[in-house]
Amino acid sequence: MVPWNFNSTTPIYIQIIEHIKMSVAVGDYRAGDKLLSVRELAAEAEVNPNTMQKALSELEREGLLYTQRTSGRFITEDKEVIASLREQLAAEHLNAFLKKMNRLGYSPDEAVELLGRYISETGSERGGK
Amino acid sequence: MLIECRNLNKNFGSKTALKDVSLNVESGKIIGLLGPNGSGKTTLIKILSGILTPSSGDALISGKPIGIETKKIVSYLPERTYLNEWMSVRQAVSFFSDFYSDFSSETAYDMLERLNINPAERLKTMSKGTREKVQLILVMSRKAELYLLDEPIGGVDPAARDYILKTILSNYSENASVVISTHLISDIEHVLDDVIFIKYGSVTLHSSVDEIREQHGKSVDALFREVFAC
Repeated sequence: MVPWNFNSTTPIYIQIIEHIKMSVAVGDYRAGDKLLSVRELAAEAEVNPNTMQKALSELEREGLLYTQRTSGRFITEDKEVIASLREQLAAEHLNAFLKKMNRLGYSPDEAVELLGRYISETGSERGGK
Repeated sequence: MLIECRNLNKNFGSKTALKDVSLNVESGKIIGLLGPNGSGKTTLIKILSGILTPSSGDALISGKPIGIETKKIVSYLPERTYLNEWMSVRQAVSFFSDFYSDFSSETAYDMLERLNINPAERLKTMSKGTREKVQLILVMSRKAELYLLDEPIGGVDPAARDYILKTILSNYSENASVVISTHLISDIEHVLDDVIFIKYGSVTLHSSVDEIREQHGKSVDALFREVFAC
């Protein structure tokens, strides 16, 4: 499980939302998994239960979580939602990557070429440090 | 509304400790009362706990004027120790249990065990930090509606601080609120709903932590340092 780490500039509930989305995207949570209670999650993340509640409600609104009145809160069973979440997170990373490469003076095409070369050079170690 | 203050003033002789403080606090919140030394944090907490009376203005808790009735629902941790030094921890627990009908000895002993505090030990022989932990445990073992904690984490080590914050998070009930006065903001920022900035006896800001981050793009700690820069 990815540890909870919060930066000091973004609202905490937004960081919780991102954290849970990431946990779903990387498979720490699977479709249909039951979540801990708000209080337990809040204690684990060492945040205020109200803040945790706010983040979970937002995720529910977005369709990533659903609540069953008697038995608790679950990750959506809808694999498409999870797949599109992964794509969305990947797109964010790609966007950030291209922006940074642009600041370094590379066009998107050059960035792609550089990335291709980097992957073939570093081979199996790719994605390294 | 759990706490209602209207135009509270408190003077000590010619010195003004609180000036026209009006504020409302709802149930189910953890609130940081933040301000530099001498800003009036302790005075406000003492008024709410019924130890000081305001020079003018009104303060209500759960709609009741402060007095015997409100003391039953307010659990107060003073900044200085008030337990008798000769007492053992066990005696302090039974003292609290005699005194407050909402006190749970079981909760207290649970927490003491988690923090490796021996119930047989006397308060006199304890370090300052351990004594502070004992007092906070006693205060948090009540099922109160309002917890007023004056500098609860100042003297304890970071590991115990984390445990204490967890204790506060898991022990307060949904219809209770916790007011924590401190200047160790970065340590407690993530557990707070709202913060109240107090400066020269006046409330200068009352906002939620997430609103501050959204509006200012910085932590409460950073904002505090800016607002109270010397």
